[in-house]
Amino acid sequence: MGFSVSKDPRGVVIVGVDGQLIVGNRQELKQKVLDSLEGGTRRFVIDFTKTGYIDSSGLGVLVSLSKKVREQGGDLRLAGLNEDLQTLFELTKLDTLFAIAKTPAEALAAF
Amino acid sequence: MSGHVQVVLHRTARAQDGVAFSLAVPSDLSFVGDAVDLAARHCDVGVLSQRRLQFNLRTALAEALANAIAYGNHHDPSRLVRIEVACRPDAVRIEVADDGLGFDPSQVPDPTAPERLEREGGRGLFVLRHLVDTIEFNERGNKLCLVLRAG
Repeated sequence: MGFSVSKDPRGVVIVGVDGQLIVGNRQELKQKVLDSLEGGTRRFVIDFTKTGYIDSSGLGVLVSLSKKVREQGGDLRLAGLNEDLQTLFELTKLDTLFAIAKTPAEALAAF
Repeated sequence: MSGHVQVVLHRTARAQDGVAFSLAVPSDLSFVGDAVDLAARHCDVGVLSQRRLQFNLRTALAEALANAIAYGNHHDPSRLVRIEVACRPDAVRIEVADDGLGFDPSQVPDPTAPERLEREGGRGLFVLRHLVDTIEFNERGNKLCLVLRAG
């Protein structure tokens, strides 16, 4: 359980969410992305391939991070959502706010 | 973090009545993940499909618990949120109660409205309603009952 952070050769930061993104751990994800943003990173992929569930606080933190990254001229993309998580984004209409790719590789290729 | 999540298993008269248990959770959001995990593991008795157990039940309970901790008990760890779970052959029924003053669920605005879409909060109840088969509030609004039908 937790978050893994890696960087591709072009400087895109990929954050993997292992287990869940919920009210109890969202702050940790927020801090990791904000630290990278502060360090100059402008392109992010949040990878949900290993994520079981996301609650509304988790959705909220993604919304606020995406806004912060955009304000700095960057882009935050999502990848690897399973069918249930994809449905969650659709019913909250957040699928209209994010670029969502099937896999992290596809998200990286789209930058 | 102080305190811990307490789980009490109830005896049911006959095996076919299923399992019932309760959890007492201190009002600190850092307990949500563990409490949900405990409840989901005790509910893994074949009533719900793995998919509904691991996604719908977990997400719904996380929402209900977080609301009770934050808005009901105002993050006061000395106050407990009480969760009663009954897994019966036809459905899983979950009650979540805080000791707050309650709220009026009909006053919660639609988080998918264009002017609210980019807000960080306000999606909890909306998400919760879509994950369960029925949701009922008591009159005071400090206790809710979630039902996930078998399957």
